[in-house]
Amino acid sequence: MINLLRNKVIIVPAVLLLLALISPFVPSFILLLIIQVLIFGILALSVDLLLGYTGLPSLGQAAYLGMGAYLAAILVDRFEFGLSCDFPLVLVLGILIGAATAAFFGLFAIRATGVYFLIITLALGMVVWGVANRWNSMTGGDNGINVLSRPACGVDLSNDVVFFYVVFVVYSAALGGMYVLVNSPFGKSLMGIRESETRMQMLGYNTWFHKYLAFIIAGGYGGLSGVLWTHLNGIVTPEDVILTTSVDALLMVVLGGPGTLVGGAIGAMVVVGIREYLSTWVEWWQYVLGGVYVLTIYFLPEGLMGLPKLIKKRRPARKSEPPAEASSVET
Amino acid sequence: MFDAIRTTVVPLFKGRPRDPIPGHPCLSLQGLSKSFGGLDAVSGLDLQVMPGDRKGIIGPNGAGKTTLFNLITGVFPVTSGKVVLFGHDATKWASYDRVHLGMSRTFQVTNLFPKLSVMDNLLLAAQGLRAMKLAMWRFQSSYGELHGKCRELLEKVGFWDRRDVEIRHLSHGEQRQIEIVLGLATEPRLLLLDEPAAGLSTGESHEMAAFLNNLDPELAILMIEHDMDVAFAVVNTIAVLHYGELIEEGTTEQIRASEKVQKIYLGVD
Repeated sequence: MINLLRNKVIIVPAVLLLLALISPFVPSFILLLIIQVLIFGILALSVDLLLGYTGLPSLGQAAYLGMGAYLAAILVDRFEFGLSCDFPLVLVLGILIGAATAAFFGLFAIRATGVYFLIITLALGMVVWGVANRWNSMTGGDNGINVLSRPACGVDLSNDVVFFYVVFVVYSAALGGMYVLVNSPFGKSLMGIRESETRMQMLGYNTWFHKYLAFIIAGGYGGLSGVLWTHLNGIVTPEDVILTTSVDALLMVVLGGPGTLVGGAIGAMVVVGIREYLSTWVEWWQYVLGGVYVLTIYFLPEGLMGLPKLIKKRRPARKSEPPAEASSVET
Repeated sequence: MFDAIRTTVVPLFKGRPRDPIPGHPCLSLQGLSKSFGGLDAVSGLDLQVMPGDRKGIIGPNGAGKTTLFNLITGVFPVTSGKVVLFGHDATKWASYDRVHLGMSRTFQVTNLFPKLSVMDNLLLAAQGLRAMKLAMWRFQSSYGELHGKCRELLEKVGFWDRRDVEIRHLSHGEQRQIEIVLGLATEPRLLLLDEPAAGLSTGESHEMAAFLNNLDPELAILMIEHDMDVAFAVVNTIAVLHYGELIEEGTTEQIRASEKVQKIYLGVD
């Protein structure tokens, strides 16, 4: 059991290392897809913290991505800030604006649970979309904001390979941070809230506050992904903040496996792969994507990350069941 | 939203008292009432629990027993009256603040963390009253003292070898035991047990009673129980509830002999 766990944890850095090694040699189109997957992976981490660990299905995470994305674009567009060595500062500001937005929205959203939480976060997400769409003087309305070049500080991020490594480092740090978080006392308390909120209150937890903090942290992750999103595309428009992005993020987590952290990136790989890659081959790619969703929900309730466990279960058991023993309260 | 700020953010800065006032009863209910619309679930109830008391609450179905627990623990707001815990008027307090004074509760319908292991369940319970529960930058597994405490408790109740089993894979009887173990993990001074023996076999009930009798004598227990064997084996005094009213209170012998109690249970006129 513990061996298995240890192996699992080692697999992730190994895969990441492999990715870092081979990425400079893949075709440029594929490289852009990998970057996109990693950025969505960060957004998926924020959804996973809420859905997989806290049990709150958020359908508005695109709002925080949007806040980060617009912040980065507006800083470049208006103040020419964030195109040189001040770029890391923009990443920090992106986190802060995402967290601040979540801190405000959380006051409305956290009181709800289940489907009500879903609807409220959806509505709040649409508020951000509405602002992005209508506040022409600031956001450029429908046209969005063009960011014509990526930052350069010693190295030029306009080079996709360099940009990949920046995104890669940010994703790895985000993943590592989240891994520590979900294993911390606070992270465990979120899992407790997912399992039984009434019990948590009876154990002395202010569950509202714990959920509120989780929501703010998730917002920060969303903002971080937004800054990178702007620089990947060179443009930010209300289209990026629209409901579809939130739904995608949620489905990526469900597809990959909620409560697994890296599952989100795996889900992102499948979705981005089908949408961007398969769509260049066939016109009916949306049917494939839909089919994948349906099949996953039917047969893999724990997502793609649950696949190894499922295969193991199907394989003829090697008699490893623990002996059933009668229990008693020993006094 | 403002409600949320008032009940959550404000106490964070102000802080509710965490320590009992010495010399006061663990629990004192004063004229406690609760109505749901026109239904008086609990009406004008006065009750005291002193340190070390073992008090039972009995009464027919719908007598308001579980509602009473929900009022004491702050799940429902009271309609009128007061809940005084360890000398503090806690009538308006949130559940988690009441728990910090040293109150703990178990549930009639098993309420655990089904997809977490026995150990994780216990760790969550044990860290509930500590400030480190908000720590985000350190693995929970690095808190040695906390683990030691949980290990001690699990060894005492014979669950240490099954610490990695998920709760949902335990039997009903075992889950009922963990239910009480979680209640004890916060090291309470007052333990509210809501039908601890619900759904247990006779043998298991006896074990449960023996286990409860072995707890620290300083611990006050207020217990709802339908199983009279368990109730009489554990408690010394009993309060009888009927339609939300306290109709009789006394030692187990007095209650056994009471005509009023026989009347409401047997319907004799």
